[in-house]
Amino acid sequence: MEIVVCVKQVPDTTEVKIDPVTNTLIRQGVPSIVNPFDKNAVEAALVLKEKHGGKVTVISMGPPQAKDALKECLAMGADAAILISDRAFGGADTLATSYTLAAAIKKLGTVDLIFCGKQAIDGDTAQVGPEIAEHLGIPQVTYVAKVEVDGGTARLEREHEDGYEVIEVNTPVMLTFVKSANEPRYPTVKGTMRANRAEIPVWTLADLEVDEARLGLKGSPTQVRKIFTPKQRTQGVLIQKDTAREAVAELIAKMTEAKIV
Amino acid sequence: MNFILTPEQEDIRKMVREFAAKSVAPTAAERDEKELFPRDIFDQMGQLGLLGLPYPEEYGGGGSDYVSYAIAVEEISRVCASTGIGLSVHVSLCSGPIMLYGTEEQKQKFLRPLAEGKKLGAFGLTEPNAGTDAANGSSTAVKDGDSYVLNGTKVFNTNGGEAEIYLFFAATDKALGPKGMSCFIVEKGTPGFSFGKKEVKMGIRSSVQRELIFENCRVPAANLLGKEGDGFKIAMGALDSGRIGVAAQATGIAQGALDEAIKYSKQRVQFGKPISTFQGVNFMLADMATKVEAARLLTYQAAFKRSNGLPYAKEAAMAKMFASDTAMAVTTDAVQVFGGYGFSREYPVERMMRDAKITQIYEGTNQAQRMVIAGNILR
Repeated sequence: MEIVVCVKQVPDTTEVKIDPVTNTLIRQGVPSIVNPFDKNAVEAALVLKEKHGGKVTVISMGPPQAKDALKECLAMGADAAILISDRAFGGADTLATSYTLAAAIKKLGTVDLIFCGKQAIDGDTAQVGPEIAEHLGIPQVTYVAKVEVDGGTARLEREHEDGYEVIEVNTPVMLTFVKSANEPRYPTVKGTMRANRAEIPVWTLADLEVDEARLGLKGSPTQVRKIFTPKQRTQGVLIQKDTAREAVAELIAKMTEAKIV
Repeated sequence: MNFILTPEQEDIRKMVREFAAKSVAPTAAERDEKELFPRDIFDQMGQLGLLGLPYPEEYGGGGSDYVSYAIAVEEISRVCASTGIGLSVHVSLCSGPIMLYGTEEQKQKFLRPLAEGKKLGAFGLTEPNAGTDAANGSSTAVKDGDSYVLNGTKVFNTNGGEAEIYLFFAATDKALGPKGMSCFIVEKGTPGFSFGKKEVKMGIRSSVQRELIFENCRVPAANLLGKEGDGFKIAMGALDSGRIGVAAQATGIAQGALDEAIKYSKQRVQFGKPISTFQGVNFMLADMATKVEAARLLTYQAAFKRSNGLPYAKEAAMAKMFASDTAMAVTTDAVQVFGGYGFSREYPVERMMRDAKITQIYEGTNQAQRMVIAGNILR
């Protein structure tokens, strides 16, 4: 079973401090980490490999220091890692990023499963995984909390606010994972030693079959107009009474109180 | 000269810090309160490879070095000194001598399961009447055919009762004094080997210190570590090495207390300002941080020397002495920064202060360290 996991190196947002004078984020000195949901994807891949055999390859598009993120995944037990890095890829939005990652996955040859985290904690778009599937023309299932594979079929539980959707899908397939999927393992000492000795290959523009116009900043149609925090959806109120009459009375009382009626 | 850790050492710090925060710290206060030994945490440390960190992969170890090991003990002790000392005793005092003096067969039979974390190790040297004067114990080992018959009582044995593999030191020839002492590997469950009183202590309460009782305990002659008469040398070498572990533990305790004091001083507001803005408090924090840094450097230096085959006994003694005095001073100051809350069990600094005291005593009292240092510089 060939599994590719796409990971992103992100700033550890729990360590980000606010400059008290300018009220902006202090990015300097903030440690970089593997995007937490991507670690859930790595863990899911490692569990499947342990059960069915095969190979887990971790890929990341980013600057040279993103190798540290890949190294951490190797220390967890991934078999191989590839960094996709070139100035030509810089400034990419999700479309250009997913296009580049998809080209790298094509170069890897036969792949049964492509795993991503549900979203990155810095951009929070949740777009790169699904777009990779579109570029490759394969099915996708997002928000996966559980995965079992039997031959060419994957049986999944897709997490919703109020339950799970059970989906069966043929491989190859792209899955994005949620936090509740698993508890990512710690790297081991042996894994850490191995990861530090490993040479992580870097694939540049020259290594990929791509249309240069679709890469980096110039291949990125996204225009950010405004960034804002969406209004929090408040929890609904459940009125439970012994009889419908009592429940309706309570409802009317509340609606009156809220000046709706 | 290079003060930068290798990428591997940095990664091990990161890994152990994360493990300590998620899997050791949450239960530290409760384990201290109820005197619970965390075998599950040791099992997890075994799976991660921490229990064999500095030993070669061919014996089930991690193949890393003594600096990484010191970092691991420090990071664990930063949140739980009890777990830190258990790790140190297992690696330095029990596994270390088997690595150095064991035959290939002994290494495969005893070091491998220790390094792989499948078995836990302990070390039995101290007796009720033989502490610093360790060569003057009354335990005996008498050769009888293909075996030795062991008799004696050891006290304050860290991991005692919980460990599966023990080193036991006893006189094979009392007349020869230190040169008549020998070391034996004894497995839990061997007839004649039992456990006595568990110490009730001021600190490191989640670690276990227990009496080991040997009554006509028969072990195969193949369990003799080194040769007859090597015991004292083995014990002293193990303690030199163990001092790096205790220095790392003490550095970790001090760093943990400093972290807490810094955090609290920024949150606690008096006279309308965080107390960290008052010089009376922040000068204390500056002094604490400087001491911790000095303790760490001495500790890593000793570990580096050991890893690189250089003499390190003096450096390990200095590191242990200075780091343990630092742990005591810094934890006491941390309690002071917290004021009344520091004295309360609501906050972890009082536990750290109680835990710090023992680091000035075990693995050789700080007075014994001065004997070692003076002996080295006056040669």
